[in-house]
Amino acid sequence: MSTSHGPLLPQAFRGAGSASFTEFLAAHDPGLLPSSRYLSGTLSTEVPHATTIIAVTYQGGVIMAGDRRATMGNLIAQRDIEKVFAADEFSCIGIAGTAGIAIEVVRLFQVELEHYEKIEGVQLSLDGKANRLASMLRGNLGLAMQGLAVVPLFAGFDSETQVGRMFSYDVTGGRYEEHAFHAIGSGSMFARGSLKKLWFPGIDEVRAVSVCLQALYDAADDDSATGGPDVARGIYPVVVRVDAAGFQRIAESETSAAVELILSGRRSQPDGPRAAAQE
Amino acid sequence: MSVPYYVSPEQIIKDKADYARKGIARGRSVVVLQYDDGILFVAENPSRALHKISEIYDRIAFAAVGKYNEFENLRVAGVRLADLRGYSYDRRDVSGRSLANAYAQTLGTIFTEMPKPFEVELVVAELGEESADDQLYRLTFDGSVADEHGFVAMGGSVELISGLLAERWLPGLNLAAGLALAIAVLAGDDRTLAADQLEVAVLERSRQQRKFRRITGPTLSALIPETAPIAEPTVDTEPTA
Repeated sequence: MSTSHGPLLPQAFRGAGSASFTEFLAAHDPGLLPSSRYLSGTLSTEVPHATTIIAVTYQGGVIMAGDRRATMGNLIAQRDIEKVFAADEFSCIGIAGTAGIAIEVVRLFQVELEHYEKIEGVQLSLDGKANRLASMLRGNLGLAMQGLAVVPLFAGFDSETQVGRMFSYDVTGGRYEEHAFHAIGSGSMFARGSLKKLWFPGIDEVRAVSVCLQALYDAADDDSATGGPDVARGIYPVVVRVDAAGFQRIAESETSAAVELILSGRRSQPDGPRAAAQE
Repeated sequence: MSVPYYVSPEQIIKDKADYARKGIARGRSVVVLQYDDGILFVAENPSRALHKISEIYDRIAFAAVGKYNEFENLRVAGVRLADLRGYSYDRRDVSGRSLANAYAQTLGTIFTEMPKPFEVELVVAELGEESADDQLYRLTFDGSVADEHGFVAMGGSVELISGLLAERWLPGLNLAAGLALAIAVLAGDDRTLAADQLEVAVLERSRQQRKFRRITGPTLSALIPETAPIAEPTVDTEPTA
């Protein structure tokens, strides 16, 4: 079995089966699955790693943002990597961990959701999508044990309840619904600390974007693997929004303007905005 | 021991072809035609769930007439083939031509090797950058492929409908005009078709990556001005495709 198909549609294609592309691959061409790779030893610091991803809910849905740095040990592997993607029309996924495998998992997840939608004629529910991602990570556990872990953050707009929701994962495929805000990756501790002080219930979209960028700045401030905004090169964090109208990447002109505002604020207050202490 | 009857190969092929043709002619028709912003698919199909028109990939759609289980089988195979190819190479490497070839080979093999041929007729449509690059492949039950231009009709009283389309179709029709033409030729002179009897979809050049869009509910009713609005709750105003 290979990917170079003859002109005839093989029986495997025409058999009744599930609407899952991953299951189809596992039966027909398992070599294409990310989980089919085995290696001896570890090479966890020799391959690029992706770092901080943030998601926050706001009135209309959910915002996800990620910095642009990939690291390889103490080196910067890439300055302008993109780690936040559309999973489908109503959800997005951000990745931390081994970049090569993470990007492959994202591609497979995107095809998985689209494939289901085309075969069944309806989209999976948001929980269904989150569970599919969990089972794909479970298949990756062997690689994770060798240091090639992939940890995504998944967020989307739930068309039934009309709210933005987000899910975090661990390497074993554990799926945890998060509320309000969450961050993953090496800078996540600092980002979460920042989010705790800046996020508030009922936040609007513009403030939510600004809060995400502040939190990424704080993460980059204390974590060397997270990249801050690179004004000289014009490299700004990727920020996306998922609301009732679907997935939308926020234009770079908007994020760069928001970043400039943050930078000018930080010139007088390098640690960022202050939270009010309790009276 | 009894000697089996001799039946000439010509007779076997003819019988199979007649059988398949009869099956296809029993169903209702589907019309596929080019309009100014893409390719329009219109089927007379009262079912909201059992589709005759579907998305295969970014720029490729599928329309079929005949036996549902048989063309559904081919549709699913096409989605799997396209998704597998797009995943192993790139999204741009999925082409309507290779899909039409795969269908042609499969239908041809089934026609010659199986006692019962598939009673289906398909259109594989691929949207190009411009309307001159659009591809319409018509595939029949015996695996023949025809590269059509402008419009295709399948199933039911196909000769009558094709004749009408040949007279009345013009390049550069807008969506409403294309839809009106398709409905007129499907309905014939003595019937009218309302929105709830139609399955309508487009491959729309102005859309982002996935060009396929179903037109249902109020969006469809608004495009058919002469029909009375249909009082039914609809969820699919901006379809998810």
